[in-house]
Amino acid sequence: MNGKTHTPLIQVSKRETLPWQKSWLIRGIAIVAALVVCALITTMLTGENPIQVYGSMVSGAFGTGRRIWQLLRNVAILLTISLAVTPAFKMRFWNVGAEGQVMAGALACTVTMLYLGDKLPNALLILVMLIASVAAGALWAFIPAFFKAKWNTNETLFTLMMNYIATQLIAFFIVWKYPNGTGTMGIVNQDTRAGWLPRLGGNEFILIILVSVVITALMYVYLNYTKHGYELSVVGESERTARYVGIKVGKVVLRTLILSGAVCGIVGFLLVAGVHHSISTNIAGGQGFTAVMVSWLAHFNPIMMVFSSFLLCFLGQGADQISTDLGLDHAFGDILTGVILFFIIGSEFFINYKIKFRSGEERKGEIENA
Amino acid sequence: MGEKTAAVKMRDITKSFGKVLANDKVWLDIYRGEILALLGENGSGKTTLMNMLSGIYFPDEGQIYIDGKEVVIRSPKDAFNYGIGMIHQHFKLVDVLTAAENIVLGLPGKLDLKEASRKIREICETYGFSVDPDQKIYTMSVSQKQTVEIVKVLYRGADILILDEPTAVLTPQETDKLFAVLKNMRDDGKAIVIITHKMHEVEELSDRVAVLRHGQFVGDMLTKDTNAQEMTNMMVGHAVTLNIDRPEPKDPKPRIEVKGLTVRDMDGIVKLEDVSFTANSGEILGIAGISGSGQKELLEAIAGLQPVESGSISYIEGDGAREELIGKDPLAIAALGVSLSFVPEDRLGMGLVGNMDLSDNMMLRSFRRGRSLFTDRKAPHKLAENVVEELEVSTPSVSTPVRRLSGGNVQKVLVGREIASAPTVLLTAYAVRGLDINSSYTIYDLINRQKQDGVAVIYVGEDLDVLLELCDRILVLCGGKVSGIVDGRGAKKRDVGMMMTRLGGGRNER
Repeated sequence: MNGKTHTPLIQVSKRETLPWQKSWLIRGIAIVAALVVCALITTMLTGENPIQVYGSMVSGAFGTGRRIWQLLRNVAILLTISLAVTPAFKMRFWNVGAEGQVMAGALACTVTMLYLGDKLPNALLILVMLIASVAAGALWAFIPAFFKAKWNTNETLFTLMMNYIATQLIAFFIVWKYPNGTGTMGIVNQDTRAGWLPRLGGNEFILIILVSVVITALMYVYLNYTKHGYELSVVGESERTARYVGIKVGKVVLRTLILSGAVCGIVGFLLVAGVHHSISTNIAGGQGFTAVMVSWLAHFNPIMMVFSSFLLCFLGQGADQISTDLGLDHAFGDILTGVILFFIIGSEFFINYKIKFRSGEERKGEIENA
Repeated sequence: MGEKTAAVKMRDITKSFGKVLANDKVWLDIYRGEILALLGENGSGKTTLMNMLSGIYFPDEGQIYIDGKEVVIRSPKDAFNYGIGMIHQHFKLVDVLTAAENIVLGLPGKLDLKEASRKIREICETYGFSVDPDQKIYTMSVSQKQTVEIVKVLYRGADILILDEPTAVLTPQETDKLFAVLKNMRDDGKAIVIITHKMHEVEELSDRVAVLRHGQFVGDMLTKDTNAQEMTNMMVGHAVTLNIDRPEPKDPKPRIEVKGLTVRDMDGIVKLEDVSFTANSGEILGIAGISGSGQKELLEAIAGLQPVESGSISYIEGDGAREELIGKDPLAIAALGVSLSFVPEDRLGMGLVGNMDLSDNMMLRSFRRGRSLFTDRKAPHKLAENVVEELEVSTPSVSTPVRRLSGGNVQKVLVGREIASAPTVLLTAYAVRGLDINSSYTIYDLINRQKQDGVAVIYVGEDLDVLLELCDRILVLCGGKVSGIVDGRGAKKRDVGMMMTRLGGGRNER
């Protein structure tokens, strides 16, 4: 040991809470770094010009008016699912069953649309469809919540398994309805358009976007300003504290999950009545899981979720465009999305921790010593 | 001490955590053959300083010299190589392994438990420990576990030992034993540092004291040249009185009557057995006992948080009317009009929500008020501001998450909220645990004020000196049974200590 002071190569320490400008700066840097890495990967693996690749990404998202509308609608759908899982997550109830809850809502919606399509006036039909979807979604979330509240079962496994049940129910329904078909379902009520959501101003996207805006605002208020919202955050932070002040934990769990499932049900309704007018086992398209990430990235803040869901949708849509434009396999788009998400999630580490490297002078001393 | 060379010299040690300066150019000398008591209030940087010596933190600035040579301590392993061993407040032992297995765990070389056991016995003989190398950790008492921790660092050849609040979890008898061992080690030429809050221990045990205040080194002196009053003044920075007030009980009337209370935990183990007592209004009833003797279950049963197997808990109103509290949850108890406040042991895990700010924590008790769907944030905000002002809570603002406050301030927030509802019964569990002298006295004052307002206070404590000075009567628990109820005025510490370990203090049980 010589007389110099040596510090460890890297020191990691927890940060004070950063001001939001700084944390967004770090996130911005992460995205830029991700784009650079993606460019390198692209050139190395495909020999394509990375600028061109990014160009098709942007054009995939914003290239035409229709693409922009589509992007916004996709954001609206993903955002609404994310809003649905948020109260559960804030309560530390790991609801990974949004996928199944959306599917349950969608199935209920399809069934009502199909069987009541010619029996009810359109406005009433849509209302009945909405109620059926909300009820089905809520039921799908209520079942695991009930078992959790009553017997403390593991909600992660339970909600996950409910997803498979929902998928199989849809598959069963289609096969049962069309025994000789290909296992897919055609457009429901194509001639009468019964139960189809109206186009506001001739635009099929606006209504869905509006619904998501309203739900965002409502959820923000619910989580931050109501007694229910307060109770569920207390339960999430510490069940013992909740019991100590007389909050009935089981009741709060059930209530919150019914809400969570109900909002998922609304998404199922929007997907069937507003987008596909049909159903398939793939109707939720994995967004129930993506929503988990959206919600976490935004730290359960509904307003921030607008940005995080936008980012994820943009990446998804851009990646699709890359594979069509450049004739690359779809997996390549996924690689890029993966890299970008890796950087974004990784940047959270730098927002929460401070890293101090040893300065050059000190390092010299260390080398001599070694 | 002039001729001795310091075993450890710390010079200009500085360490900051974010904006908080935990140590500011601290100088400290530790000598062999001496017990040094490191004193300071909460947050004065004692533990941080010692953690830097034992390789857990790395100083931002400053030098450490061992036996006159400058060294760099980058990890606990480095610290061990310099003969530095630290015994933490929370033990780091593997429950299912034996003492010997824990002691050799992680050491390089061939595993030879027989040889290890022999060496452990040798260490025990030298210093007067009693450890059975083959005993499993989970069958051990807290004090035995602590002994294993000490033997562990000695086994690894440490001759500079640091003990962080070693007596916090011990009974008086166990403390005496520990002190005897520490003195033996000192006489063997080892350097020993103990971090503590308890003045009488400093006076009894240490040869030298060093005082930190707000992260700065205030001074050191020989213990025999100073006294508790002077040390306290140095710690706090101004003169304080050390006596705890004990006003006479005012018009005591039975308020809570517990009869034949028996409680089992979730595993069916009896936690309280046939406990009976009465708590009076205008009086402080102390509960003494080794930790885990049923104190927690007792308070939680009264508060409606603990299912009860048998017995009764009656709340007696001013006019003599009785209400049975068993089988009611906190909401139902409140609905009876019983204003019962509870300061639980686990402040951030039960009494408060660490991630919420002061206002939101005040709201825990009041958020249900009114029929509105929305929470009323004005009243709790006001209450938070009042508590901050009246109890001198040091916090950047009322919108700071409480987990960022120091232990004493967290406790003030909790106590402040609990007494804000003008309770008739106040339950407190380890109300001053981990608090420095100033904060402790603030809490004693608050509790005394409640007593004078006619509140029935039940005070679960661990420091017998405080229990004996503060409480009107003391109920001693031993293994979930009532070992006896003594008058706080005139009871002897030794007798209460005996009652804590043996039922009734006489017969040999356990």
